Amino acid sequence: MSLLELKNVTVRFGGLVAVNDVSFNVEEGEVFALVGPNGAGKSTVFNLISRFYAPAGGDILFEGKSILGTAPHDIPGLGIARTFQNIELFEHSSVLQNLLVGRHTHCRSSFLSDMIFTPFVRDQERHHREAVEHVIEFLDLQPYRDKLIAGLPYGVRKVVEMGRALAIQPKLLLLDEPASGLSVEETQDVAFWIEDIKKVMGITVLMVEHDMHLVSSVSDRVLALADGKMLAIGSPKEVQSDPAVIEAYIGADDLVEQEEAAL
Amino acid sequence: MRFVFKTSYDADIRMFKHQSQAFWYVLLLVVALALPFLIDDYLIGEATLVLIWAICGMGLMILVGQSGQVSLGHAAFMAVGAYSNVIYQTQLGIPFILSFPLSGLTAGVAGAIIAMPTTKLHGIYLAIATLAISVLAEDLIVILEPITGGVGGIFAPDIQLFGFQFSRYGHPNELYWLVLAVTLIVLYLYRNIIRSPIGRAFSAVRDSEVSAKAMGVNVARTKMIAFAISCFITGLGGALMGHFATVFTNETFNIIISIQLLLMIVVGGLGSIHGAFFGAVIIGLLPLVIAFARDGVAQMLGVGSITIPGLETAIFGGLLVIFILFEPLGIYGRWIKIRTYFSLFPFYRRDMFRRQKSYLKTERTR
Ligand SMILES: Nc1ncnc2c1ncn2[C@@H]1O[C@H](COP(=O)(O)OP(=O)(O)OP(=O)(O)O)[C@@H](O)[C@H]1O
Ligand SMILES: [Mg+2]
Repeated sequence: MSLLELKNVTVRFGGLVAVNDVSFNVEEGEVFALVGPNGAGKSTVFNLISRFYAPAGGDILFEGKSILGTAPHDIPGLGIARTFQNIELFEHSSVLQNLLVGRHTHCRSSFLSDMIFTPFVRDQERHHREAVEHVIEFLDLQPYRDKLIAGLPYGVRKVVEMGRALAIQPKLLLLDEPASGLSVEETQDVAFWIEDIKKVMGITVLMVEHDMHLVSSVSDRVLALADGKMLAIGSPKEVQSDPAVIEAYIGADDLVEQEEAAL
Repeated sequence: MRFVFKTSYDADIRMFKHQSQAFWYVLLLVVALALPFLIDDYLIGEATLVLIWAICGMGLMILVGQSGQVSLGHAAFMAVGAYSNVIYQTQLGIPFILSFPLSGLTAGVAGAIIAMPTTKLHGIYLAIATLAISVLAEDLIVILEPITGGVGGIFAPDIQLFGFQFSRYGHPNELYWLVLAVTLIVLYLYRNIIRSPIGRAFSAVRDSEVSAKAMGVNVARTKMIAFAISCFITGLGGALMGHFATVFTNETFNIIISIQLLLMIVVGGLGSIHGAFFGAVIIGLLPLVIAFARDGVAQMLGVGSITIPGLETAIFGGLLVIFILFEPLGIYGRWIKIRTYFSLFPFYRRDMFRRQKSYLKTERTR
């Protein structure tokens, strides 16, 4: 049984078919990358798995069970964490508090016991802070621990968002363009972290990324999408040399060049 | 400048960040406790009023500052607290020690019920819906005349507790201490909320609903809890206000009070407990200052007395405009800047609190 299965999933926005009959499986323990030109429907696939969008057809299974009846806020409880392409952090809270929100699914106290701050709540807080401290250490976020998000540089925000998703201790981690807008060194770090997330933490990763260098260095399998349709699936090498994929990218050629120039 | 070294997880969970912070608050508490020995009965009455405003302000602050929802109808929940407290006492014979928390609960439940449909609304629509609640509440009080006394008003008996009496005119010091005790309890609850999961869920909902959901926060439920807690606290404040006013009518908790409450926390500084207190001091003492200044001007001109209707509201409105334009973080924000200026002197830079240049949002969809 695959960890995540998409079966003939289709999404329409009015007349636009953003995701067209897409099927793929993500196996436990692998890093699976979604690539494709802008507007291919990659983020839409993420929003489907997060249940922010409902598919017009098809089914999504996590650990063999359909998640189409699950509310969006119950998805992380199943063990699916995500980041957003355009960073959605809690701006007016500190890094620590942002990461602690990631522990929300593990909190067992009611709002009444929270208000009284019972010994149970105190213990729970200690426990979550310990868990979060591991994430801070893993991602080298110590210098920013008590800083407000509103004042942090872009690169750090990206890392904090990844940390917040990791604080959930998910089985499946969805990363939407983890390296976009990062410097070469920062992208290096992201590559190392993804390796460690897979090998040390044992978390399966599904990621969207435009940086083909990063994709081929960390992912086990790649799926190429264009205009919502599946073009090719296989190892990074296979997909990159696939004629359909090359063709799809030619339309967006200057864009790819621009991106490469930026890297 | 102070560096706090954190050596255990408790360092972040604790109430006070460091010893000297605790010292200042304890000193403040001692002064507050000794206040009746320092000022006369009239001023103690004013101080009591400021504390009641602070309680109501903390209630609204939980909703607006913490969970990011707006309410222009909180006077309605003050009214629920005030009326239910008196009705429980005089018509059901429940003693104050029970009727008081029950009145808060009543307001809290009312808030939760009203939150069910309204939390789907955002911004201006939520403001309008809650404003409507304030209007409705006033009418409801008139309609329910047999229990509320309608436009004739209702009389709040003196508080009896553990053999002591508390009232504005007969026993003002006792009333002051009682209100201070409630203030401290509410303060404690508030602090607990912001250092525990529910408080983090509030700020998550406030800052980004999408990502709150992605972190497993049930947004609708969290908003409802925020409403319930907020109305509970404001209801307690309202119950105390009822006793303070001694007699109150549907007019006592009108829309102007709702708006004043909201202005109060904005001027004080959104999102901080300090803000609720700063705002309460302003709202409580502004009429005093205005009256004082007016008498001074009248004397100077040699006329008997000047009455300018709506002067208070106008000055308060003016203050609000000034704050929104020049100090959106309120008095508390200004205070932090002044404090930082002194602790860093001479290294303070004017742009220290300016936000980092915001990054480009490239994604077309969310
Ligand atoms: N909520 C929405 N309403 C209408 N159209 C949408 C919505 N979300 C996505 N789309 C459209 O669906 C298509 C796929 O969008 P999506 O964001 O998934 O692309 P993407 O592959 O992530 O692209 P990028 O690399 O630019 O992030 C686009 O044409 C987009 O305009
Ligand atoms: Mg995208």
